[in-house]
Amino acid sequence: MADFLHMSGYAFYVWTSYALAVGALLLSVWRARRNLARARVAARRRVAMKGGQ
Amino acid sequence: MAWTWLHRFGSPPHFYRVAGKLIPWFAWPAAVLIAVGLVWGLVIAPPDALQSDAYRVIYVHVPNAWLSLMAYTVMAVAAGVGLIWRIKVGHAVAVAIAPVGAMFTAVALVTGMLWGEPTWGTWWVWDPRLVFELVLLFFFMGYSALRGAIEDPDRADRASALLAIVGVVNVPLVHYSVVIWRSVHQGSTVFRSGGPAMPASMLWPLLVAALGYTFFFGAILLLRARAEVLNRERSGSWLAQLAED
Repeated sequence: MADFLHMSGYAFYVWTSYALAVGALLLSVWRARRNLARARVAARRRVAMKGGQ
Repeated sequence: MAWTWLHRFGSPPHFYRVAGKLIPWFAWPAAVLIAVGLVWGLVIAPPDALQSDAYRVIYVHVPNAWLSLMAYTVMAVAAGVGLIWRIKVGHAVAVAIAPVGAMFTAVALVTGMLWGEPTWGTWWVWDPRLVFELVLLFFFMGYSALRGAIEDPDRADRASALLAIVGVVNVPLVHYSVVIWRSVHQGSTVFRSGGPAMPASMLWPLLVAALGYTFFFGAILLLRARAEVLNRERSGSWLAQLAED
């Protein structure tokens, strides 16, 4: 296990690359879902305003 | 020619519904394939004879680089569809892609630096492949910056579409740069004449991860484009219905 984490001395390069790539994937999913949720709220608000006129 | 299918898919309510139905078909394969590909590359694939474990960066570097080119091409085509056929959804898709494309490009560049340092002995060289990939990042960022600078939405759509289309010449430059010029960057490993230059035990996890990233791009594109289509709709009667779905 320690050998695996050590990556024959390249631990910093390998683990940083993987952490960065996975972090970017998760961040983009989170942001895309947040965007859609916000767009839905804004759309509902526009609909409600039209109905009240 | 019958372009009716394009206009049908380009109708905002239709696109919004179809995109919503398609998302799980992209998201789940993406999650499974990326997890399998990355763990396989990290744990099961054998170490390289010359680079030992340093080469494992390839399993995140190549999928991100591949998707950066794929994302730009799709963005330019979508913007072109918006510009030529005046289909608004085309612009919405292009807008949805730009930030994700910039992210893939940035991760490709940084993981490339993290691979270059231990193997080439430097974080960065002014090499054609690296420079064109950096230009790709500027095109993604320039696309969003240009849109932000133009207030009128229709003018922003047209001007940014033109920029996206012009920038597409950069895509083959990135891909063929290692063939055309003498480069520090290694040549193509997978798509080259004579077949892949990697043993199957190292190649398979790379292909699985790259396929997973392709599905991931599809899922994020649809998710972001849905939000963009909804934001652009001011008065459509379908808005009330969609906002509830």
